[in-house]
Amino acid sequence: MKRIYLDYAATTPIRKEVRETMKIFEEKIFGNPSSIHKEGRTAKTALEKARNLIAEILEVKSSEIIFTNGGTESINLALFGISRTNKKFFKKPRLITSKIEHPAVLNSMKQLEKEGFEIIYINVNKDGLININELKNAINENTILVSIMYANNEIGTIQPIEKISKIIKDYQNKKRKNFPLFHTDACQAAGYLDIRPKKLGVDLLTLNASKIYGPKASGLLYIKENTLIEPLIFGGGQENNLRSGTENVSGWIGLAKALELAQKEKDKESKRLIKIRDYAIKNILKIEKTFLNGHPKIRLPNNINIIFLDIEGEALVLKLDKFGISASTGSACHSKTLEPSHVLTAIGLKREAIHGSLRLTLGKETTKKDIDYLLKVLPKIIKELRALSPISLKK
Amino acid sequence: MKDKKNKKKTKKIKKENTDFDIFNVTTPPWIYSETVKKHFLHPKNFMKPNEEKKFKFNAVGIVGSPACGDVMKFWLLIDEKTERIKKVRWRTFGCGSAIAATSVLSEMLLENNGMTLKEARKIRPQDIVKRLKGLPERKYHCSVLGDKALRDAINDYYRKTKQYDKIEIENGKIIDKVLKITDNDIEKAVLEGAKNLEEVQEKTKVGTGDPKCIKEAEKLIKFYLKKYNLYEKK
Repeated sequence: MKRIYLDYAATTPIRKEVRETMKIFEEKIFGNPSSIHKEGRTAKTALEKARNLIAEILEVKSSEIIFTNGGTESINLALFGISRTNKKFFKKPRLITSKIEHPAVLNSMKQLEKEGFEIIYINVNKDGLININELKNAINENTILVSIMYANNEIGTIQPIEKISKIIKDYQNKKRKNFPLFHTDACQAAGYLDIRPKKLGVDLLTLNASKIYGPKASGLLYIKENTLIEPLIFGGGQENNLRSGTENVSGWIGLAKALELAQKEKDKESKRLIKIRDYAIKNILKIEKTFLNGHPKIRLPNNINIIFLDIEGEALVLKLDKFGISASTGSACHSKTLEPSHVLTAIGLKREAIHGSLRLTLGKETTKKDIDYLLKVLPKIIKELRALSPISLKK
Repeated sequence: MKDKKNKKKTKKIKKENTDFDIFNVTTPPWIYSETVKKHFLHPKNFMKPNEEKKFKFNAVGIVGSPACGDVMKFWLLIDEKTERIKKVRWRTFGCGSAIAATSVLSEMLLENNGMTLKEARKIRPQDIVKRLKGLPERKYHCSVLGDKALRDAINDYYRKTKQYDKIEIENGKIIDKVLKITDNDIEKAVLEGAKNLEEVQEKTKVGTGDPKCIKEAEKLIKFYLKKYNLYEKK
């Protein structure tokens, strides 16, 4: 059976161009970039080429790019690295984030709370947009860092990053301070949006390769020059002393190639996917007792998140899998913790509704034909599962 | 002798290493057991959409709440002479393993001319898990609900046939001492849509056996309405 993969927000396959670039490297170069002999120098050159390419795409300096093992590590480095080293300048150090961040941010914040930081979680509205006034009021003289994700991985809502950075800049100018710093997790955004840090006005920006058709365990943190930050991983002093460990050169070359292509193609691909996305949403909502989560317009071109009342999401995902379709859900039964999605909770959904959530995320291979197949099987599956269900919730 | 043994060991490890072939990774066909798959994809004895009005039954049991993510309901037809379960229907709101667990339980109940109520009451979650050929541990709570819904239905049968002494209460606080109605029964009535004492009484008869408990029952109704956010918006 043909598989229809609609879980690109979970991860993407590695695209051919990236695979080939990595292959050439892996076949010919194995040296340690720290070695001064020929093999080492070759590896070092390849690594710096990758860094320069990324710097060019992001319109930043090469020295502002720190490679990491993926998005989670990049986020950890940003949050812990900034907070721990700068806390000495603050009486009661405060960090601000939102309630719908990726677990990499939220669980890091939890740990920082244990270490004595005050954490403020900004609410979002029913569309998943953060409450700007609340954020404005939360910034005070003790605030070290604000971390707000660019686009949400579950509901696709895109935050007004430029507007937030303006609020922070205004505060800095008024108080003549360099704080708070502003970090954004742009992992889900890199395939579709403008991610240039200067344009966005951010001091730190997280990216990874596995959401943009690059290899897994490969990411980066952009750190604006002259920002005081300390490492999480200690050792041989690689990555400007901020991330020790022998460099994952092929992974980072793959990231550079994937990012180059993703940013080059983003406008065309966004346009194509928005059409397919809106066609899918319009037709899925024809099934009774359904509604869309996230903002109808200010959302990632590839994200669809819909509630089907009276059924449970894991059962729905398993049935879709039998029909060759890969999807995801925010239901408690699906999660390791057995807790319903924190994002869907934050946008004000009741638990009983959250259990019936389905996330479909489109990508490079998705066509209208795939959606037509989905639209053929989905109503049947929903009907079957509802026939088994003893409850009937009101919309 | 010892050396020889060690030599053997290294040889074995080497062999295992060469056996490891990443190009031959097969995808497991399913995340749960084959039995779970069978019952999830082809559930047995469930109440079909148009069947509810026609189906003859003399006991109903329900457990769980939509907010928790699992609700199971059983309809039983019990032979009053033999107290054997003759017919079973069910519905489940929940994940794949919850659906499979209820389906397999319904199958168990109908074997050998139908289980007696006495036997049925003895079914425990581990029996269901065994029949399903295993479940991930974190999924046990799904099947735990199946046997609870069943025992709830059995109590309902004894209540309907006025055999109050046979009602067995578990983990609940008895509110109506005469009819053995618990806080769980009231919770269930509220989850089924009852909004006040009269409506809860329609479902549970609470307070008709022991009128002294009415105040407490009303308090509980308010508590559960609030708990599940079921107050009607005005």
